[in-house]
Amino acid sequence: MRLDCKHVWEYISEYIDGSLDTRVREDIERHLENCEICSAILDSTRNILILTADDRTFELPLGYSERLHARLKKEIGETQPGERKRPDES
Amino acid sequence: MVYLTVYSIVKNEADAEDGAQEAVINAYRHLSSFRAEAKFSTWLTTIAINEGRKRLRKAKGAAESSIEEEVEEKEGDYTPAPLRDWREIPLEALERKELREALRNAVADLPDIYRQVFTLRDLEELNIEETAEALGLNPGVVKVRLHRARILLQKQLAPFLKTAARVRKGFFRRAP
Repeated sequence: MRLDCKHVWEYISEYIDGSLDTRVREDIERHLENCEICSAILDSTRNILILTADDRTFELPLGYSERLHARLKKEIGETQPGERKRPDES
Repeated sequence: MVYLTVYSIVKNEADAEDGAQEAVINAYRHLSSFRAEAKFSTWLTTIAINEGRKRLRKAKGAAESSIEEEVEEKEGDYTPAPLRDWREIPLEALERKELREALRNAVADLPDIYRQVFTLRDLEELNIEETAEALGLNPGVVKVRLHRARILLQKQLAPFLKTAARVRKGFFRRAP
């Protein structure tokens, strides 16, 4: 089937995830071979995902781990996983 | 993982950190209720989501409708931005701080329902089914929201992504 650009855009997310069935994927790939605009849209969307997955993009606040460990130590102390502290222990 | 999940709901660093700590403590205390048939990361994410939603409800007040009732926006332009001079992003572009800053801002500006799905799927790298399970949605809804989130980000970031590097086909494909 011959797809126009708007149809290709609707499938971009699933195309990137590799979750389209073979026939639709092949139709899209045929379109992409001849359409610079759709290729550019696909590449730019992919690259946003690469950038999202880059550890430097969404960093934890400075000192996060230390504060988390301090809180865990304070709240949980010596209790075992799945075991609540009794009120008189807190 | 827990922090970013809570942050995607409350959108406030201090509240997200406090909520993430609460979620980790809750998870630790309820480890015995973890069922091996679920993935640990999905179970932990669900606890983080619940903590985030609890805080959001508290912040918004009981009078507001619950966030679980949010529905897809029927209106809205979910077409990507055409880039006539776009080519594959070069590695040095990934080094640019302003690009990462622009992405963080664009994700923060996404409508809540899209940001939550995007965070779990593309940031936490849960798959579609795990994302659906964690958010209590069906996988079809997750796919629609994910698609819209990605397209909205592409449109928002298009001005930052123009470059003249060479095309490298097949550079990146996510696992389904």
